[in-house]
Amino acid sequence: MTTATASHDNHDDHGHHGPAKGIMRWVLTTNHKDIGTMYLWFSLTMLFIGGTMALIIRSELFQPGMQLIEPEFFNQMTTMHGLIMVFGAIMPAFVGLANWMVPLMIGAPDMALPRMNNWSFWILPFAFGMLLFTLFTEAGAPNFGWTFYAPLSTTYAPSSVTYFIFGVHMMGISSIMGAINIIVTILNLRAPGMTLMKMPLFVWTWFITAYLLVAVMPVLAGVVTMMLMDIHYGTAFFDAAGGGDPVLFQHVFWFFGHPEVYIMILPAFGIVSQIIPTFARKPLFGYASMVYATSSIAFLSFIVWAHHMFTVGLPLQTELFFMYATMLIAIPTGVKVFNWVSTMFRGSMTFETPMLFALAFVVLFTIGGFSGLMLSIAPADFQYHDTYFVVAHFHYVLVPGALFGIIAGVYYWLPKWTGHYINENLGKFHFWMSFIGVNVTFFPMHFIGLAGMPRRIPDYALQFADFNAIATVGAFIFGFSQLIFLFVLIKTIRGGEKATDQVWEGAEGLEWTIPSPAPYHTFAEPPHVK
Amino acid sequence: MNSNSPQPDEQSGHKPNNTALKLVIAAVAMFGFGFALVPLYDIFCEITGINGKTGGPVERVEQWVDTSRTITVQFITTNNAGMPWEFEALQEEVEMHPGAWTQVKFWALNPTENDMVGQAVPSVSPSEAAEHVQKTECFCFDQQTLKAGEGREMPLIFSLSPEIPSHVKKVTMSYTLFDAGAFAK
Ligand code: HEM
Ligand SMILES: [Cu+2]
Repeated sequence: MTTATASHDNHDDHGHHGPAKGIMRWVLTTNHKDIGTMYLWFSLTMLFIGGTMALIIRSELFQPGMQLIEPEFFNQMTTMHGLIMVFGAIMPAFVGLANWMVPLMIGAPDMALPRMNNWSFWILPFAFGMLLFTLFTEAGAPNFGWTFYAPLSTTYAPSSVTYFIFGVHMMGISSIMGAINIIVTILNLRAPGMTLMKMPLFVWTWFITAYLLVAVMPVLAGVVTMMLMDIHYGTAFFDAAGGGDPVLFQHVFWFFGHPEVYIMILPAFGIVSQIIPTFARKPLFGYASMVYATSSIAFLSFIVWAHHMFTVGLPLQTELFFMYATMLIAIPTGVKVFNWVSTMFRGSMTFETPMLFALAFVVLFTIGGFSGLMLSIAPADFQYHDTYFVVAHFHYVLVPGALFGIIAGVYYWLPKWTGHYINENLGKFHFWMSFIGVNVTFFPMHFIGLAGMPRRIPDYALQFADFNAIATVGAFIFGFSQLIFLFVLIKTIRGGEKATDQVWEGAEGLEWTIPSPAPYHTFAEPPHVK
Repeated sequence: MNSNSPQPDEQSGHKPNNTALKLVIAAVAMFGFGFALVPLYDIFCEITGINGKTGGPVERVEQWVDTSRTITVQFITTNNAGMPWEFEALQEEVEMHPGAWTQVKFWALNPTENDMVGQAVPSVSPSEAAEHVQKTECFCFDQQTLKAGEGREMPLIFSLSPEIPSHVKKVTMSYTLFDAGAFAK
């Protein structure tokens, strides 16, 4: 496969052997493995930047009272932390994994639109560079929360909001291009015999996620465009004084926002569905029901958005509709958890690092699902809304959910990428520190939330002090444990026990038929799938 | 796409470019859909009366007056943050029969040294009553311009339609006043 290299004449002869040399390799590359690697490093960088912000937040919250930072800066930190983690860390990591693994799993030589692939990645550093740069301007960074409710983000916003809007536009375009590429690749480049219902679940979940992205990222682009027009062109989409409606903002935002939370979890479902069968040495239980459950979750995610708005003054019938629709999502989600557990039932399990992260995913994500169910009870949500209980909920589904899924995937496929096994002792050390850290951080937040501590507030009443102190200790444990991750990554890239082609004893699928490390070009001749 | 591009899969017969084009069109359509949500939202609220939005103005029709029922209508006024006007309802509440027309008055005064433009935004509670509020005249239909120091009585003429659900005994009509200088027509 020489799609891209062929177009740059001077690279022509390299195309068949390996990558070009020097920095231009990375700037001009159209190789899915290079681009996947760049996405993953970018995402890890964002994880550390966003994590530093989280530690600043937790440091201020270690004790009641204001000790370290100004409230205005605290608001910038919560906003930037959320934006960077959602759009900079989690989403690009999944796109990176898709770039690496989707072609290998379906027997394709590369992504279908390799040059667009290069663009999708290279937009990102500029988008986030612009967003981060606002921290150093006089107006300060955006401070209106990652949900940027109008009119806080329009009438009352700092001037940096315009950079924020352009940043969102750019990452939106990047995600849409990435999603289109994945759909086109899956529809067109499957090896002969790889029918849709033979595709590995990681490919399936990404296929569905990509449709979600194409459907809702443009709506996000629309809502920030409306903000831009309100701020600079005198329209009044969200300003009641001019005939607009601030509640409309929330409807449009959450029409994007709820599918977005599933964009951040479906690929993790896919990763876990690859890992558990490998280490249980049994085929996935209920493959077809997994596909249907994922599709139903994706469909339902479009009709539940107002569960984020139970307290804005919706009429009773509307509250009830969104309450029941939200509860309905628990059914396909339950099917998935059931299938993972059944896959392990009577399997010959071993507990290598990727499996440990996958198991923690199943347990801790389920806790997040249960707190979600509690929040979906409209009358109860009047108590929970905008408290730390919501913070506990979404961190349980996003950190030991989405992030553990990503880490599990990286450990699972790393020997294939680098040709080396990780040092299992270090990997397990990373796992246990992360597992303890995550629970010590987020579990107490359930309690302070139920006791009434509001979110996004830099100071709090005395009775919340103990649990906040515990959460801060947990956050530092978790944060610094990720340095172990970085260390393991670098160490494995530089050397280590030589990995076999199959890598894991129970692993099945096309990606394990190619050599380890994966050659620069794979499946130039499509494999035959029986 | 150059000739070395991955070849379409024989069994599916899709062409990458066609699929990509369709997806781009879908993305552009969804961008449009985001904007279409704005009028859709207003239409939805108006039809269902949820969100407490009231329509108007309507033609005054003499309609059947249900003298067997009396509904208390309360008036609430609020200033949006930073709006310096004095703004109040000149009567706290009125009792009325469904179908009968009533006139009430509000008072606004601009105490500042600048001419200003205000816009009142109405809301009705309970929201199921909103679609039964019929207004022939309301200060909320238009922007109100007050010179520095100027005060004005502002009328509201309305009725509750006789179809208003029988369990509704009390209706609250609330008006929030915004500084509409930025949107002055
Ligand atoms: C069983 C499935 C789930 C249910 C029933 C559920 C329900 C809810 C509800 C009702 C809220 C609103 C709470 C409030 O603001 O008062 C909420 C918030 C949230 N959920 Fe979930 N959820 C589920 C799964 C997930 C998943 C899988 C994710 C992401 C991976 C997620 C991410 C979030 C986020 C980020 C918020 C907070 C948004 C914000 O206000 O900043 N949830 N959830
Ligand atoms: Cu949601």
